[in-house]
Amino acid sequence: MELNDLDRRLIAAIQDGLPMTSRPYAAIGERIGLGEAEVIAGLRRLIDHAVIKRFGVIVRHRALGYRANAMVVWDVPDDRVADSGRRLAELRFVTLCYRRPRWLPVWPYNLFCMIHGRDRATVEALVDQASAATELDDLPRAVLFSRRQFKQRGARYVPTPQEAA
Amino acid sequence: MTHTATPQDTIPAAALDALDRRLLDDFQRDFPLHPRPFAALAEQLGVSEAEVLERLGDLQAQGAISRIGAVLTPHRAGWSTLAAMAVPTDEVDEVAELVSSYPEVNHNYEREHELNLWFVVTAPSRERLEAVLGEIETRTRLPVLDLPLLDAYRLDLGFALSWS
Repeated sequence: MELNDLDRRLIAAIQDGLPMTSRPYAAIGERIGLGEAEVIAGLRRLIDHAVIKRFGVIVRHRALGYRANAMVVWDVPDDRVADSGRRLAELRFVTLCYRRPRWLPVWPYNLFCMIHGRDRATVEALVDQASAATELDDLPRAVLFSRRQFKQRGARYVPTPQEAA
Repeated sequence: MTHTATPQDTIPAAALDALDRRLLDDFQRDFPLHPRPFAALAEQLGVSEAEVLERLGDLQAQGAISRIGAVLTPHRAGWSTLAAMAVPTDEVDEVAELVSSYPEVNHNYEREHELNLWFVVTAPSRERLEAVLGEIETRTRLPVLDLPLLDAYRLDLGFALSWS
């Protein structure tokens, strides 16, 4: 699906979230000159075409006690990486799992996942569990715990008017 | 009493009752596309719409909820990448601040590695994204690794909270 101007306006209008009022879709519509039913139909279309992959409550896991998070990366031979990635993704504690390019010589890793936990020891145990379960134990890996969070918020796909100015 | 928390504060699990937990857990996906979605939630939870709105407002003020909104599929409505930099220790604060100042940067973390600054950049187009990365390189005089996703094995499907 090619996004049209209306789709982009709708995405921009919801990027800070729904207003917490009784009729949030009507309120969104008022901002961009659409009726409530048009907003709902537009969102439905974006969801049905998987432009929006998730629509709902977005929690802040750090505030909820998940203080430790690690980006775990492996250098997996190219002919194995898709299989390893799919197996890793099946583990319920793996929140994201992607293949990305290596950047040699400084960055030899091509398989990335995120593992969150309440503390460092929990995350370390989960990393070992993930490695063993997916037969990645024999491969070079790095565990990059987060030290500080400088910024964490929803993506801006479309500039808001004040940012564009 | 409601107070506005900084994102670094942790909310004690004991401060969240069963209704809070269900509001956090049960509606991370498939939020109702109904003219009165909070009334639909209220009906499922057996409380009033006003109570749902008040609780969600409190959870947001406490920093437990970022927003009720959309997570987009990568590279459909724009372009994004994961970028990494090796920043000298005494420059991390300054460089991180510069990186965070871009509205296109939505996540920015210091991590334990020689490549110690990791951030996600999202822009309406690949050209704009590359311009942002180029500008950061010029302003910091440090190389920026551009690591766009090539394959997604698991996308963001929500965050499974465990309360024990």
